[in-house]
Amino acid sequence: MFKLQKKETIDQSSLYTVPLIAIGCSLIFVFILFLLIGKNPVLAIFIIFVEPLLSIFGLSELIVKATPLIIIALGLSIGFRAGVWNIGAEGQFTIGALFGGATILAFYPTSGIWILPLSFFIAIIGGILWGMIPAFFKARFNTNEILVSLMLTYVAILFLSGMVYGPLKNPDGFNFPESRLFHDSGTLPIIFPGTRAHIGFLMALLLAGLMYYLLKRHKFGFHVKVSGESLRALVFSGKSTNYMVYLSFIISGAFAGLAGVIEVSGPVGQLVPAIPVGYGFTAIIVAFLGRLNPLGICFAGLLLALTYIGGEAAQIKLGLPNAITGVFQGVLLFSLLAAEAFTNYKVTLKKMRGNF
Amino acid sequence: MDLFIAIFQGIIIASTPLVLAAIGELVVEKSGVLNLGVEGMMIIGAVTSFIVTYETGSHFLGLIAAVISAGLVASLFGLLTQYLLSNQVATGLALTLFGLGLASLIGQTYSGISLDAFPVFDVYLLTEIPIIGSLLFNFDYLIYLSIIIVVSVYYFLNKTKLGLVLTAIGDSHDSAHSLGYSVKMVRLFAIIFGGSCAGLGGAYLSLVQTPMWVENMTAGRGWIALAIVVFAVWRPLWILVGAYIFGGITIIQLHVQALGVNIGAQYMSMMPYLVTIVVLVFISVNKNRLAVNAPNCLNKLFTSDL
Repeated sequence: MFKLQKKETIDQSSLYTVPLIAIGCSLIFVFILFLLIGKNPVLAIFIIFVEPLLSIFGLSELIVKATPLIIIALGLSIGFRAGVWNIGAEGQFTIGALFGGATILAFYPTSGIWILPLSFFIAIIGGILWGMIPAFFKARFNTNEILVSLMLTYVAILFLSGMVYGPLKNPDGFNFPESRLFHDSGTLPIIFPGTRAHIGFLMALLLAGLMYYLLKRHKFGFHVKVSGESLRALVFSGKSTNYMVYLSFIISGAFAGLAGVIEVSGPVGQLVPAIPVGYGFTAIIVAFLGRLNPLGICFAGLLLALTYIGGEAAQIKLGLPNAITGVFQGVLLFSLLAAEAFTNYKVTLKKMRGNF
Repeated sequence: MDLFIAIFQGIIIASTPLVLAAIGELVVEKSGVLNLGVEGMMIIGAVTSFIVTYETGSHFLGLIAAVISAGLVASLFGLLTQYLLSNQVATGLALTLFGLGLASLIGQTYSGISLDAFPVFDVYLLTEIPIIGSLLFNFDYLIYLSIIIVVSVYYFLNKTKLGLVLTAIGDSHDSAHSLGYSVKMVRLFAIIFGGSCAGLGGAYLSLVQTPMWVENMTAGRGWIALAIVVFAVWRPLWILVGAYIFGGITIIQLHVQALGVNIGAQYMSMMPYLVTIVVLVFISVNKNRLAVNAPNCLNKLFTSDL
């Protein structure tokens, strides 16, 4: 068998090589998968990964899908660096969408430029509150934050559905389970006329820049790093261990809530039960693929957005099932985790001993 | 009385997938590994058992397919976490995402088809006994199998040498390693056993509970199974109690909805998840009991060589 030894220093180039190796492995896997299900793999990979980049429509949709992924992943990366696992970003995203959307609907049909900022504020508060529940139980009783945040995701999705079927249903909507369409003051401005690309993407880039600065230059980045290395060390640096639990969930809840309101006031334009489509889970892959680094997360967000758009295109043009996107994403995360072993550890082959 | 019997049977049927998935995960966690991929392994078991049963007409072959396929994806998790030392939480999540995607992909052409009902374990005289017959003997054999597995795991962990070795590895992998036990090998087998049990649980969903294939039909049950392990404080027999309580909440909530109680369906459907949270909090308050039974090395990296 082989032997793994922890490397003293980690090669800086691994920041790029590991994600690239993982992407390569995943492409090989889907290539074989296409062969197995009898589709032309070269054509399929071209349609999924290249064609969307060749048209204005494809590029604008890429931006639309990447926006929530990047924003949620930026928030999650703080907790993941610190060893706090928020798996419930999907729930915090849903609550943000609901709170922000309800605020916009409450002021229908009033116009004013203050409506969007207010709804963003309420959505962020909603995301934080939803994230504070697992954080509080973790900090107070050491309750498993993974399970609680995940259970709250199911609760949030049902809550949104209950609201859209109930009080927030469009009064003129023939009883369909959807809210009114938001009026102009409740809709995000479009960057490129004729597409759905909205200014939310610029906010995502701005947040990535801000995060980069905080982690690189600010004391906050130091605390995050120390907490990831060892909780004991964080206590010595003068912070309680619960500090990082709360901070991680507040940041990731706020970011996910923000992504939620951007999604409803941007591309969706109303509240529907199908707003949560798994961005909160895909963002976990984005955070890892981007190596928990703000700039890396931007690239990773764009790549995973591409798998969504390409997956849809492949469904229409080749009759491939949409689930191919999920398979690719899962394989990507697997390859990434496996590739990591070769950067964090020195692998040496050795003879296997007989007894075990 | 008929309603009572219907509710009772409904609870047992709703709980069995949870029993199967949770008892498997308990063994995995007892060995010191946290596998969050239960949902993914369940859905793989559900889809493969459905396809094999549909194509061959044999429920038995379907169950075998579930055990093998879910065991295989679990071994992928095992290889990554034990031999490539990947992060258990992230790898478990990857397993769930991968399993859900793969299951939708291979099950695509089968969605909406239904299967023949799963045979009931019919011992004529016993089933004829009034009330008790319907309460205890009118089920498919998987329900009895699930109880046998739980009792066997109890026996295995507490009364056999290998079971005690597994527990010791979960409590202190370094000491067990110095005594000469192969930590990684034992853990790998525990992980595969956990996967097979989860696969059986998934098969129960698509063959017995609703004999058809529906995309994402596990609907969070894998995660509830993980919570049941915590609820049971890693004691095998308590898995039964935990699973039946969770199954009970699901079924009673449905009957309350059917009675037309004026609460939105969505709010009633939140019950199992909310109860899970409350239970997790209550369990974690009692630190002493957790300290005695929880595996010490859960989710900790073991870096020594084979």
